[in-house]
Amino acid sequence: MTVIEAHGIRKVYGTLEVLHDVDLSVSEGEILALIGPSGSGKSTLLRLLDLIEPASGGELSVFGIDTVAERGRWLDLRRRMGMLFQRPIVFNSSVYDNVAMGLRYRRAPSGDIDRKVKEALEAVGLSRYIKSRATDLSGGEQQRVALSRVLVTEPEILFLDEPTANLDPGSTATIERIVTGLNRETGMTVIISTHDLAQGQRLAHRVGVMIEGTIAQTGPSHEIFREPKDRRIARFVGVQNIIPGRVVAQREGFTVVEAKGKEILSATPPPSDEVEMIVRGEDISLHRREPGHDEAENVFPATVTAIDPTAPFVNVTIHCGCDIVALVTARRAEALDLREGMEVWVSLQAKAVHLIQR
Amino acid sequence: MVNGNPIIEGFIEAVELIIALDPQVVEITIRSLYISLTATFFAALIALPLGALIYFYDFRGKHAVVSTLQTLYALPTVIVGLIVFLMLSNIGPFGFLRLLYTPGGMIVAQTVLIIPLLMGLTISALSGIDRDKRYTITALGASRLQTVTTIIAEARFAVMAGVLLGFGRAIAEVGTVMIVGGNIRGATRVLTTAIALNTSMANYSLSIALGIILLAVALGVNIALSLVQQR
Repeated sequence: MTVIEAHGIRKVYGTLEVLHDVDLSVSEGEILALIGPSGSGKSTLLRLLDLIEPASGGELSVFGIDTVAERGRWLDLRRRMGMLFQRPIVFNSSVYDNVAMGLRYRRAPSGDIDRKVKEALEAVGLSRYIKSRATDLSGGEQQRVALSRVLVTEPEILFLDEPTANLDPGSTATIERIVTGLNRETGMTVIISTHDLAQGQRLAHRVGVMIEGTIAQTGPSHEIFREPKDRRIARFVGVQNIIPGRVVAQREGFTVVEAKGKEILSATPPPSDEVEMIVRGEDISLHRREPGHDEAENVFPATVTAIDPTAPFVNVTIHCGCDIVALVTARRAEALDLREGMEVWVSLQAKAVHLIQR
Repeated sequence: MVNGNPIIEGFIEAVELIIALDPQVVEITIRSLYISLTATFFAALIALPLGALIYFYDFRGKHAVVSTLQTLYALPTVIVGLIVFLMLSNIGPFGFLRLLYTPGGMIVAQTVLIIPLLMGLTISALSGIDRDKRYTITALGASRLQTVTTIIAEARFAVMAGVLLGFGRAIAEVGTVMIVGGNIRGATRVLTTAIALNTSMANYSLSIALGIILLAVALGVNIALSLVQQR
């Protein structure tokens, strides 16, 4: 079942257009990660979806209800969802009262409130602070209070806006564990925004990349990482090599691309004549001797021109007509005894060469 | 002991007056506290709901209203005194209330004086609740009324600080109480007007005694303020 369906969403603040042409559909029980650079509109989109503020245009259905036509039902819909913000937000009252807020708004019986608040604080490991003033806690503890405050209301959709951006690894792990656990056990739908690619990959079933106010691509994370649709997405997901070239032939199911006199085989069908090759540094292997051609479709010699350690990896720039950056582990670099100016052999699988239109 | 120095002698006498609970000093102090506390109470009763209303409702000219209020923080007390005097005098619209030269009239004057301050500070106290907190309240499923009560509860200490500042301004001012109260001995004489009068009559010891009390009140307000602001 689809719980969120958005078409052509637009949001304008004064003359500033923050979101445009956002299309998104989220299924029940899914964990969707919105990744993108800061300022790409992730937080704004989450607020629109959680009905905290209205969109300037477009269509939005939540739980199958058209939110544009039915403004009167926003409060009811909002009470079936919950949101955790980037900055830990607590109110100037006890931890207990903080966590009880959402239940009191819903006029839950006080016996229920008491039981649920105590359970929730137990789950995040803050029972001993139940009577403390929430503003006296550390940032990580405050964020856990904020998480329990959302979870006691048992939201069907949980929005997380960069929830662990300012937290220590311990608090981050606690929050991730609770969220994925709830998703598995209760089927809670989760939409998380993050600029941490690894977190998106770790948690989400599906990833949406937001660039400059719109969702540029959605798909499973491996697809986004290996087959970004355009240059901006490729840059954001950390592709080291974006090499302009031209399609010169097609043979045996491969596309032959020529870049500065060098021919490289790709498994992608040609999107156009002028293309860019997207190659992740970790897909390029370096060898001291010529490897067997059964290892990869592209095997060629090259010269090492630069070596930049970025522990625990090493970025190795090699020249073979065009410049290519390979990412090898520090250990592998040692074993190869890499030095600037030395000759190496390069192997690169055709399916690791993704082509996009130039 | 330095003989003949009127300041030092006055100071010593002042301390004696306070320790001995001189009836005149006690009476003036109690009247001052009564008038300014009552004025602060009524001003708060009017200004806090009005300030909240201005904060929560969007209307045209809201910005102008807020800047006008902020300008009125520095409203000269003699101007307020003059206006209230004219209103309460026989030629004014409220002359029939017979409040001129009574503590009641002074309460009215001080109430008028600090209402803009209390309204303005209430608005800024509520504005101090940042955007993310308001989003959080909305996201937790608060209705419109629940949102308003949560924001007011969250701003309670800042609002209280505003009320304390209003009381501080009321008890320390001399302009309105002088004009509207008339500084009548045993009836409308308060700390500030008594200091002004006794100083001009070279009755320094009484002035210094009352000055010490006024400073102590101001100090008390400040201590209360810092306690509130720590919350």
